[in-house]
Amino acid sequence: MSTHASHKKRTGLMDWLTTVDHKKIGILYLLSGGFFFLIGGLEAILMRIQLIKPENDFVSAEMFNQLLTMHGTTMIFLAAMPIIFAFMNAIVPLQIGARDVAFPYVNAVGFWLFFFGGVLLNMSWFLGGAPDAGWTAYAPLSTVSAGHGVDFYVLGLQIAGAGTLAGGINFLVTIINMRAPGMTFMRMPLFTWASFVTSGLILFAFPALTVGFFLLMFERVFGAHFFNADMGGNVLIWEHIFWIFGHPEVYILILPAFGIISEIVSTFSKKRLFGYSAMVFATVLIGFLGFMVWVHHMFTVGLGAVANSIFAVATMAIAIPTGVKIFNWIFTMWGGQIRFTAPMLFAVGFIPTFVMGGVTGVMLSVPAADYQYHDSYFVVAHFHYVIVGGLVLGLFAGLYYWYPRMFNRVLNDTLGKWNFWLFFIGFHLTFFPQHWLGLMGMPRRVFTYMSGQQLDTSNFVSTIGALLMGAGTIVLFINIIISASKKNIASADPWDGRTLEWAMPVPTPEYNFAQTPLVRGLDALYVEKTAGNGKMTPAEPVGEIHMPNGSILPFIMSVGMFISGFGFIYANWYAAGGGLGIVLITMFLRSVIDDHGYHIHKEEVEADIKGGRA
Amino acid sequence: MHADERLTDANFPDHPEKATLEGKNKFLGFWLFLGGETVLFATLFGTYLGLRNMHMDGPAGEEIFKLPMVFVATMLLLTSSLTSVYSVLAMKQNRVKAMQGWFIVTLILGLAFLGLEIYEFVEYVHEGHTFTSSAFGSAFYTLVGFHGGHVLFGCLWIATLLARNWNRGLTLVNAPKYYLFALYWHFVDVVWVFIFTVVYLMGKVG
Repeated sequence: MSTHASHKKRTGLMDWLTTVDHKKIGILYLLSGGFFFLIGGLEAILMRIQLIKPENDFVSAEMFNQLLTMHGTTMIFLAAMPIIFAFMNAIVPLQIGARDVAFPYVNAVGFWLFFFGGVLLNMSWFLGGAPDAGWTAYAPLSTVSAGHGVDFYVLGLQIAGAGTLAGGINFLVTIINMRAPGMTFMRMPLFTWASFVTSGLILFAFPALTVGFFLLMFERVFGAHFFNADMGGNVLIWEHIFWIFGHPEVYILILPAFGIISEIVSTFSKKRLFGYSAMVFATVLIGFLGFMVWVHHMFTVGLGAVANSIFAVATMAIAIPTGVKIFNWIFTMWGGQIRFTAPMLFAVGFIPTFVMGGVTGVMLSVPAADYQYHDSYFVVAHFHYVIVGGLVLGLFAGLYYWYPRMFNRVLNDTLGKWNFWLFFIGFHLTFFPQHWLGLMGMPRRVFTYMSGQQLDTSNFVSTIGALLMGAGTIVLFINIIISASKKNIASADPWDGRTLEWAMPVPTPEYNFAQTPLVRGLDALYVEKTAGNGKMTPAEPVGEIHMPNGSILPFIMSVGMFISGFGFIYANWYAAGGGLGIVLITMFLRSVIDDHGYHIHKEEVEADIKGGRA
Repeated sequence: MHADERLTDANFPDHPEKATLEGKNKFLGFWLFLGGETVLFATLFGTYLGLRNMHMDGPAGEEIFKLPMVFVATMLLLTSSLTSVYSVLAMKQNRVKAMQGWFIVTLILGLAFLGLEIYEFVEYVHEGHTFTSSAFGSAFYTLVGFHGGHVLFGCLWIATLLARNWNRGLTLVNAPKYYLFALYWHFVDVVWVFIFTVVYLMGKVG
């Protein structure tokens, strides 16, 4: 028997601060991502109120620049990415039949780094002004921006980005090494596939951003000259580095949404996903092509006709695998027994909305035409169609779909439909008019516009739409509060699911599967249902289960990073060095303290199985 | 057998670094991490290549680079990679003392390299080539400094690892750690080969 069975159970706050359980980390990601989503949404609504009429003075131009920068930055890095990580954490280990992720401790480090990075960035609101150079922080605007706003941007995102990179590696190793017996790559659910490709993109895209942030930080804090033309620097270096990261980033965002939609469309059509292998291939191909299209953000820079043409063709090529996906979702529904639940509504609403964003994407990929669209509201409309109409609808769908698994409660379906229709109509009302605002010449990122230029009506409609989206989001929160106040526990498999995350009771046992399941085909649970078993066949006898210990070190390490971030922002070398010292000490402690985890004894597992808890 | 039990010649596995799931995970995870590190250094190299002739009023690379000293540094680091190979070979044969000895040699060579690099930087600063003197200066010190930081981190890492496990022999827990350090060290060495070529050789003649 093990000598390391001693294990003290932590409860309450200490449990959440020290947890290394992927299910709890998933919830932490969802809560903090949801919180930042609200902040980012509030920033958007403030901007839309400013733009509701010409020459409005609701906020100042300086404030508008800060709102604009923080809206984009918050939504991408602090809302969308963490909510994606929430679902990856909560669902991927279950879908592949694993007991946890490959590196539970690193998983906790990743979360706390993201959390403190996000908090650091938002502290700027209270400390002399937020960053105001746009979410892309183009040099030299970002290098000469006064105050400490851009310093908060650089340091906050640097810390959060380190956490994301750690998460990406973690999921790659988990999916490669820890699949249950029989779970071959070509039997993995599409969400797991999407998470796999997204993690690969994170691994190869984020280090470029890391370097970009270091260069910008060195320039602002230590007086380097990478982007200072007077001293031989070159501002284009920032643009290239940013978009070499930035374009894969948009596929990092959208691929998990594709995965979620694939799961939901298949489940609620009661059909196997149409063209599974084509879907997998399309996902991988999009991930691959995502790395060779970054220059389409820079068509107007003047890299020349040859460079622009090559990147234009590569960009257009991405429409092909994406189109494959769209058709496969439609063919999955074709002839299926469709149930229009709230998650399915979001999934079905996603398809035409995303196609519209894709069409404007192909329009923008033509360099000659892009000279007209560039930096206008047409671009704003395009990327909100793919990010909000694509990713956010996908995340809403995933939230309603997996809520019973994550929180053991079902969200009210009627309120879910209200959420959908308010948000969906509000979304199109907001962003559809922005297409022609852009075509009529309204530049993006302006804090106001003149009357009498025929921009008034569309801007007014757009603002009303934004308020409707806000109302839709409020309905979601009412729904969550209602479900939390009721004590009705969800059933283990509320949607008649097809994949492994529905194959264990609620609440999910801390070790996930009492016995690792044997996977006998695509849609592993549905295979057993049609074979008349109704549950998974175990691949191993009941035995001792090894579990990792919780640890407070990830939290302390991230606090150290937070302190050092402040130190660099205010050029206080004691704080900067002290914070990094805390980080090194926690790494040292982690290295020298033996931590072999603990074991759940066979008798406990057997008792759980008898009691229906596993 | 427990993962933290001292391995004997009788129960020694072929690949002690990959004999447990934790070991396999670390092995794969670290290779992937090095993939990310490759992108990191590639971005730094790209930046340097874009700015290497922008020395403004300061000295150009070909005026200040001292190839004999850099060559000695290169040889120190290449040799340290070789000694870390000897360490891993010894590890695979459960020869703990030999493994520790070769890792100590690796550590000393790494520290010597760092000493030379610091001496080199001090020299350059005296000749007017500083971090803030030009875009070339910023890019040079960032690229070479990132590599130096990696060497420093590696030295701290192997020192901690050796001290903690000095009397514990080889186990299935510490074998992957030694192996991963060796992987890291080779990677840092390969990056230096590129720095020697792209920064110093091309700086002299390119």
